[in-house]
Amino acid sequence: MSGQNREDLKVVNQARAKTDALSIMGGAPVYTGDLVPDGALVVKLKRSPHAFARIVSIDKSRAELVPGVAGVFTWRDVPHHRHTFAGASYPGNNPFDRVILDEYVRYVGDPVAIVAAESEEAAEKALKLVKVEYEVLEPVLDFETAEQSASAVHPEDDYVYQTDIGGDLAHNVLMSERDEDGDFEAVYASCPVRLDETWYTPATQQAMMETFRTFSYYDHAGRLTLVSSTQITFHARRLVAMALGLPQSKVRVVKPRVGGGFGAKQSMVTEVYAAAVTYLTGKPAYIQFTRQESCACANTRHAFRIRVRLGATEDGIVRALWVDSLENAGAYGEHAANVIGLSGHKTLPLYGKAEAWRYTGKAVYTNTTPGGAYRGFGATQGCFAVESTVNKLAAQLGLDPCELRLRNLPEVGKPMPAYYDEPLTSCSLDRCIETGRRMTGWDEKYRSAPFARQVGPHRYRGLGMAVTMQGSGISNVDNCTARIRLDDGGFYTLSIGASDIGTGCDTILAQMAAEVLECDIDRIVVNGVDTSYSPYDKGSYASSTTYVTGNATVMAAKELLGKMRKVAAERMGVAEGDLEFDGDEFTCGERKLTLTELGVESVNGHADWLTAAASFAGHTSPPPFVAGFAEVEVDTETGEVEVVDLVGVVDCGTVVNRALAQVQAEGGFLQGYGMALTEDVQTLPGGKLATNSFMQYKIPSRLDAPPIRIAFEESWEPTGPFGAKSIGEVVINTPSPAIAAAIRNAVGAEIHALPATAEKVYGALRAQGADSHV
Amino acid sequence: MISIQEYRFAESLDEALALLDAGKRNRVIGGGMWLRLGHAGVRTAIDLSRLGLDKIEDAEGEVSIGAMASLRDVETAPCLRELFGGVLSESVKPIVGVQFRNMATVGASVYSRYGFSDLLTALLALDAAVVLHRAGEMPLDEFLRNPPEKRDILTAVHIRKDGRRAAYRSFRRSKTDFGVLNVCMSVSTEGDWRLSVGARPGRATRCPEAEALLAAGDGAGAAKAAAENLTYGSSLRGSADYRRHLAEVLTLRCWDALREDGAEARDSEPTDAGRDEA
Amino acid sequence: MTLNFALNGRKLSREIAPDETLLQLLRDCGMHSVRSGCDTSNCGICTVWVDGKPVLSCGYLAARVEGRAVTTLEGVKDEAEALMRCLAAEGADQCGYCSPGFLMCALAMFRELENPGDAEMRAYLAGNLCRCTGYASQMRALAKYAEGRRSK
Repeated sequence: MSGQNREDLKVVNQARAKTDALSIMGGAPVYTGDLVPDGALVVKLKRSPHAFARIVSIDKSRAELVPGVAGVFTWRDVPHHRHTFAGASYPGNNPFDRVILDEYVRYVGDPVAIVAAESEEAAEKALKLVKVEYEVLEPVLDFETAEQSASAVHPEDDYVYQTDIGGDLAHNVLMSERDEDGDFEAVYASCPVRLDETWYTPATQQAMMETFRTFSYYDHAGRLTLVSSTQITFHARRLVAMALGLPQSKVRVVKPRVGGGFGAKQSMVTEVYAAAVTYLTGKPAYIQFTRQESCACANTRHAFRIRVRLGATEDGIVRALWVDSLENAGAYGEHAANVIGLSGHKTLPLYGKAEAWRYTGKAVYTNTTPGGAYRGFGATQGCFAVESTVNKLAAQLGLDPCELRLRNLPEVGKPMPAYYDEPLTSCSLDRCIETGRRMTGWDEKYRSAPFARQVGPHRYRGLGMAVTMQGSGISNVDNCTARIRLDDGGFYTLSIGASDIGTGCDTILAQMAAEVLECDIDRIVVNGVDTSYSPYDKGSYASSTTYVTGNATVMAAKELLGKMRKVAAERMGVAEGDLEFDGDEFTCGERKLTLTELGVESVNGHADWLTAAASFAGHTSPPPFVAGFAEVEVDTETGEVEVVDLVGVVDCGTVVNRALAQVQAEGGFLQGYGMALTEDVQTLPGGKLATNSFMQYKIPSRLDAPPIRIAFEESWEPTGPFGAKSIGEVVINTPSPAIAAAIRNAVGAEIHALPATAEKVYGALRAQGADSHV
Repeated sequence: MISIQEYRFAESLDEALALLDAGKRNRVIGGGMWLRLGHAGVRTAIDLSRLGLDKIEDAEGEVSIGAMASLRDVETAPCLRELFGGVLSESVKPIVGVQFRNMATVGASVYSRYGFSDLLTALLALDAAVVLHRAGEMPLDEFLRNPPEKRDILTAVHIRKDGRRAAYRSFRRSKTDFGVLNVCMSVSTEGDWRLSVGARPGRATRCPEAEALLAAGDGAGAAKAAAENLTYGSSLRGSADYRRHLAEVLTLRCWDALREDGAEARDSEPTDAGRDEA
Repeated sequence: MTLNFALNGRKLSREIAPDETLLQLLRDCGMHSVRSGCDTSNCGICTVWVDGKPVLSCGYLAARVEGRAVTTLEGVKDEAEALMRCLAAEGADQCGYCSPGFLMCALAMFRELENPGDAEMRAYLAGNLCRCTGYASQMRALAKYAEGRRSK
């Protein structure tokens, strides 16, 4: 087989259009909302106007009388089984803190009742007629003081911890943990340079363009079937079964094309409501969230406060590093216990010379929109804090921040203690830094002091950078399976359980199979996910599909090729070792057997049906790396920040698809830009999310988008498929610390809480007494 | 979403006004941009789109912009790109996107007296008047401060062509967002200076104290006066203090743009070129 | 109320509610390319043409298209194909959910503007949000498409 060498690759490492490109762009009916069966009940949710309350009574009698209403369901009417919305391998860290509807409502927008009706109008009308009496409770709105609050967000007595994660519910502590190596206090105390800095990252929105939606019905076999816009098809089956108290065999989940997710759809959101209606009425049901519901009543990035203590030598070697994270879980605990760890474990290892490191984390419940998974998953928050601290160190020492990073990098071949002791098997971060330096003209432009590069009246430029890492799947937890067969028309069918949500995994997995099978991707049909027919895959998250499902795909394709060779050799009457295969036909001297003939053979009783399946579970999670750079121009009169250059240099191992990887990186960088500058989460005094629409929550438009320049410095990951690692998440992390550093480099303003709005930058300038430049 | 019981295309302005007067819950529909944000129950929706009110006419002494002209029409009308330093055209360009501006109408923008309105800020700094079908023509300034008590139908906006030069500056948190603060300044050939400040976040208003200082040639003083004499409030997009500060900065920037000795203008550096045009 | 209008060149007469949006009407007519994204007229995903001009069907009352011509991507498939192929080659579709609205605005732009440059295209298409791509690949595809048009 080809491919132990990047130069030999024919399909992998090339640009290929996505296999579904023309249908999804052309408006084919392939998304959840296009496939809803006629007559499905419209499902709407009555939501709490209070951040925290106990439901005293609900009068639904008038709502039920609205013509066309098929049912109004309250917490007394639906099954009561504690579960979680979090899609993560089981058993895991996510507590079972939800029921479909509860006696308590825990944030503004928490569902109070489910209305199902024959039309949207009837459902809306009924919603208004559901009368609820609340006992309003004192909400916990500030996550920094949640522990001291007199209110407990989760007072219920049937709350379930799957495992002990150090929680203390009476004080709103969902979990707490600590990990360390070396004597932090002693090493820190002995350092000549010490920093102790606190940083804040907000609860930004994933803001995928297709809002949450699910429809449900009973299939031919009497299974409760959900068609849902999800990243976690198999987890959703288990969790819906759990919520309704059904055996998993009675639930089926199908994932059609999905209009983006970025982690938002790694949690269930709409699934249980549609499922409950079908379960209770027997009828098909459809729920589609409005954009407002998607913003305020689903899940967001977890807001963090991160205190970083860093001890270093005077030449910038980081000797002691402590990441202390406080995470706002919001009202429910989806992913909180897993997200937080990455704030330490995916930042600390980058400072590979540290003699002592420590990570401490605590997640607290509050009465705010639940947190969840969002691309970067804690690494993003940690990256802003740690990289901002390191940038401050560089500024204090008068060291070039690129140079400082190069002095601290972990070494290939050595274990990374802060990264679960996994060995570093591939890393070209040093090359990434050097390339970015060249691309930005860093050495010519960079000045260590602020106000050194005036480019106009009250306009100054500055440069900043940051480095980051992510993982490739979750070691020893994720299991992904691929199944591939030769069909009798001489083509292949690749079945996967991984969820293509626009990422293009159907395409890149086909490229990997095609590389093994010496063909191009047009000969491979990829089947999306239906829990009835697809092999198990934990779903698309944790930057795992390329690496974990990719490895499974390569293994399955190799096994199939082996079987094909065996059958071909038997049929041709030659020794297997003498066979040549060019993707179209097997040859041995004058003898030939075409792929189509072999396909026919495999279904004609002469041989076994040619099919192979393979599962892969990684024992390591090789990190991809990015060096990110930003050049900004700051207007000191207004505080406005204009990013004039955003550069990312990526080590994702082998680039599997040159076009798609480029776009993943560009898209991730722009999301990071939004987090840095335009996406300003604001909450009203009673706890209601004010930025609950695209009118108020501003994701970058193409006029905002700065020039984004991406380059790849490929390494070869020995455990990866064709040397590949992940790319999906790592690309979002660096823009916010790089832009913040560039702002400081330009005008000295230090931004500790994202986003760096003009008003905040202007305020920082005033506070530092830089009036002479204002 | 606003609910509507009946939809009527008015065949004449008189009919439209009669329909409007026929019931409190009858409403004139402009571009319909905020239909999905409202919850009102409308009895009769009155559509003016068949009355030929979408013209922009460049006549001898004045320009007339029909109420049903879209913001995109304002943006692209050749005469509005030329007249008054092109501020009307410039002011609407950042509003959401082409599709939005194809729908949003001048009449709705003006009649609704939205605080965030870019167009109102620009119009107010020009010698503009609104034409109401019942109440007749009145200066925009007066319409904004004391609108007629009885509901009316705005049919056009007239702007006197007095040779005004004008400059418009809006500060936005992102390019297609509402303004945090909008400022428009103009001067006629007779030296009549006008300054309007919008998105304070309250609706656009003129600042006579600043206008007097502008006439006296004191741009910096005028900028301070605009900050000190007008009221500013806090909203999601900015605090009152920050808006007050921006009022000073943007007023000064408009002043610099309008000063005859443009060569010394503060914003004329090459690095700034294209930014305000974006 | 009865509505008479032309959809992609075909004359239709339908019963609609006075407060029905054009988006609802078009989806009921089987136009799956017309999708909702934001409900506040901010994202451009629901873009269609009324009398050749791009508008947001989520904020456009269906009643208003009486006697007018409405065009969705289904009606300009042939015109769109070359641009779709340029986008696909760049990987600029990603999740694809915003693509039809983007295509409708881009095609309107190419009908309206002679030879738009990058800044002009960005301004014209500013109302079409995309969360996946970061826009750069879309701009590359548009530039290639424009180049192809010029050389024809």
